[in-house]
Amino acid sequence: MIASFLIALVQLLLLLTVAPLVGGLIKTLKARLQIRRGPGILQPYWDLYKLFQKGMVLPDTASWIFAATPYVVFGATAIAGLMIPMISAKAPLGLFGGVLAVVYLLGLGRFFLALAGLDTGSSFGGLGSSREMTIAALAEPAMMLAVFTVAIGANSTSLSEIARVATSTTWHFLAPAQMLAFAALFLVLIAETGRIPVDNPATHLELTMIHEAMILEYSGPYLGLIEWGASVKQLLLMTLLINSFLPFGLQSKWSLGGVLISLAYLLLKLLVLAVSIVLVETTNAKMRFFRVPDLLAMAFTLAALGLVSTFLF
Amino acid sequence: MGLPDPFLASALLSFLAGAISGLATWKRPAAARIVAFAFAVLGSLLLAVAGCRALSQPTSATWSMPLVTLFPCTVRLDPLSAFFTLTLAILALAVSVYSFGYLRPMERTRNLGALGFFYNALLLGLALVFTAANAFFFLSAWEVMAVSAFCLVTFEHEKAETRRAALVYIVMSHAGTAMLLAAFLLLAAFAGSMDFASFHLLASKLPPAEQGAVFLLFFAGFGVKAGIVPLHVWLPDAHPVAPSNVSALMSGIVIKCGIYGMARVFFDFFGRPPLWTGTVVLALGVITALVGVLYALQEHDLKRLLAYHSIENIGIIVMGFGAALMFRALGHPNLAAIAIVGALYHTLNHAIFKGLLFLAAGSVVQNVHTRNMEEMGGLVRRMPGTAFFFLIGAIAISGLPPLNGFVSEWLTYQALLAGFGTTHSLTRMMFPIAGSLLALTAALAAACFVKAFGIPFLALPRSEAAANAREAAPEMQYAMALLAAACFVLGLGATWILPVFDPITIQVLGAPVSPSLIAHGIALQAGTAQSGTVSPVGIALVFFALAGTAAFLVNRRLRHARVATGPSWDCGLPGLTSDNEYTATAFSKPLRLIFSAFYRPNREIRPDYDVSPYYPSAIRFESGIEPTFEKYFYGPLKAWVFGLSRRMLAIQAGSIHAYLAYIFVTLILLLLFGVR
Repeated sequence: MIASFLIALVQLLLLLTVAPLVGGLIKTLKARLQIRRGPGILQPYWDLYKLFQKGMVLPDTASWIFAATPYVVFGATAIAGLMIPMISAKAPLGLFGGVLAVVYLLGLGRFFLALAGLDTGSSFGGLGSSREMTIAALAEPAMMLAVFTVAIGANSTSLSEIARVATSTTWHFLAPAQMLAFAALFLVLIAETGRIPVDNPATHLELTMIHEAMILEYSGPYLGLIEWGASVKQLLLMTLLINSFLPFGLQSKWSLGGVLISLAYLLLKLLVLAVSIVLVETTNAKMRFFRVPDLLAMAFTLAALGLVSTFLF
Repeated sequence: MGLPDPFLASALLSFLAGAISGLATWKRPAAARIVAFAFAVLGSLLLAVAGCRALSQPTSATWSMPLVTLFPCTVRLDPLSAFFTLTLAILALAVSVYSFGYLRPMERTRNLGALGFFYNALLLGLALVFTAANAFFFLSAWEVMAVSAFCLVTFEHEKAETRRAALVYIVMSHAGTAMLLAAFLLLAAFAGSMDFASFHLLASKLPPAEQGAVFLLFFAGFGVKAGIVPLHVWLPDAHPVAPSNVSALMSGIVIKCGIYGMARVFFDFFGRPPLWTGTVVLALGVITALVGVLYALQEHDLKRLLAYHSIENIGIIVMGFGAALMFRALGHPNLAAIAIVGALYHTLNHAIFKGLLFLAAGSVVQNVHTRNMEEMGGLVRRMPGTAFFFLIGAIAISGLPPLNGFVSEWLTYQALLAGFGTTHSLTRMMFPIAGSLLALTAALAAACFVKAFGIPFLALPRSEAAANAREAAPEMQYAMALLAAACFVLGLGATWILPVFDPITIQVLGAPVSPSLIAHGIALQAGTAQSGTVSPVGIALVFFALAGTAAFLVNRRLRHARVATGPSWDCGLPGLTSDNEYTATAFSKPLRLIFSAFYRPNREIRPDYDVSPYYPSAIRFESGIEPTFEKYFYGPLKAWVFGLSRRMLAIQAGSIHAYLAYIFVTLILLLLFGVR
């Protein structure tokens, strides 16, 4: 009981401390690729520190929904993060939920963010909410179908079980079903974390904002919580992708040595994934909003092909 | 013939007394409001006790009603009936309590005696539909239910919209009843009796052609009541025009009569149905869910939006039934049990949260005097209680954890996922595709409820009426609180509630389901612990611990910081007004364009000019979507029926001699060919 509590605490702390680092890494790598110096890899930590030191301004139209949303987003994302295997094949809160619970907990956070966007009474908030919910709705079937491909392979929706099956068979990730599902989930990852070509996390231009438009009225500690939650969500989805498809090096038992080995592998694989995200972001232009459904339809088709390929191989 | 259940009998008598008291207080609305609905509350409580008792001590004894001797009025409270009876009781209790407050402002203007009479008659009819043990009695109760619902829908009959909706409803309802009658007669011809007991597993023993006919007749007949696409068109018209307490009953439990009928036929009358039945039901379930939610997204009438969501949720329930039928055909009773429990749990959950949403919408409509969301706004400040309860219902219906909608959708997902391994034919692709479309449905529902909560309740009021709205009466809030609490109990307490389904699965499949669905006491599992677990109560605890810690730390920090309120960013315009807010139409615009192949949207922009065409004095904007089913299916059907009637006119001369001749000829023909 106490051991599993400690394990959950370790993973929670790791999740919260590593998440801004991944964001900083992506930003720096992207700047270097564009021959800029970039803000430095630790900048997100300073940003969070600064936000939590500040006071804040609440919009006078807003209700308690606006004030509750940062906590809901943060709480839902953090608990979803405890359900995925990160530094051990056994997720700390694996009993409390598997991949379906993770998807729906992220949905809970998004639901409240979209409400908070409408709560401000400005057109930007509503615009962001509307677009965010549209993209999320279209990403959902592709995501689920890809997840189902993996879940059917492992005969389970428990992420611990999926990681266990994936680690126990070598070269598993080269199966066509796995590769197609991986490609589909990668596209969904880009859409869900609001990266180019779906959304641009660096923009504050009214017409192109999605996520940023929803949280335009947030400031100070509330904005800090939301930004932190968003970076945790990004790390969580990246880890989910890594440890369901490429889990080699992941230890199945909780021990100090095992955790360190898994952590080293995880950081290495996160680096590789971050580089590929940076490559996608740098070589693509942001899509027109009504092109995004095509991208997500492609993800859905890839996932469906992955399922069909189980007939052939 | 066993002993009558005293609680069921007294519940039925209580509804009967309520109906009579409604007649007795025909001209005294104040008395009608108290007496008729007090009887309804009493009857609901008694019915709940009867349902609980029947579920804890399963029995299949039938009991004959001594009052009527013309035909066999047998009643039975087997586990399936008891479950639906309990669902009815919980919802009826809340709605009846709500009615005390909701009807008070109507005392001056409306005949509440009539409302009380039909309301109690509806509850009586519903209770009898769920418990009748004889096809003839079942159909009689079905008619009581359908006709009293019709009378309740037409309660505000001075509006043309209401009269038209009620007419469509009663016509379609009777077409459905005709199909049910045909199906029951087919079965009875084989059974030699009208008793449900004699139909048990009988349908599977029929020749394949009759089996198919019986199945399709039942599915279509009950599908009209449940609102299966394309038989759903009456539902979004009829539910919103009724008084809101009646809407809650209609969407919460009246359409569940169709679900009850399907469960009774699919899992009691049929033993091992052919595989195609399951694929048809699953496919129609998916289509129903998607069509329902897509239309809901474009709806800006708050109550119509909720009615379309009823269609969506019926689709989700029917998906579970379809999967269960397929599992039975493929020989996997354990998976069938999970699918059935998922579907029945969703039936209960939907009754609770849709009831809650309609009650909250009713409070809003009563105060703002419009069903149009674009004229609401900012109600979270003026109606904080109602807003909170609506939010709970919105979270539950969107299937978000840890509330009850999540639990039943999770069970349905698990059943669909496990389906992939049950066969090696191409049929197995149906399961993951259905699962991913369920995910699309759920995500679209979440988007729709962001709109349905955000536009009416948040930001600035969009009309005078919304700015002056007042909170709902206390009785209405108690009723909503009861249902909101039920959303939490059914969600967080899922592992303790699942054993309720054991008697049902023992009845239809011969084995209890809860041992394969409960892991470590606090988590749900799908068959085995390896196949995936979820614990709503665990999620809730950890969630509140994490969010609470964050709130504690941030609030401690904020005590030393300056927190100010200021206006939202208005792009430098002189102040933000409600005209700057995002509208419901704008919110759903992206989806209207993306799914334009389905919606076929049309719009018209007409500027008015005073002097120069460069300076329009006003711009009219109209936007709408094409009612596909009405235009391409029901329009031609209606034209055909009218054409047929016109041709029939030739033999309807209006002469009594001609009619007597027809009767005589028919009699002769029957004697010649009918009697052997």
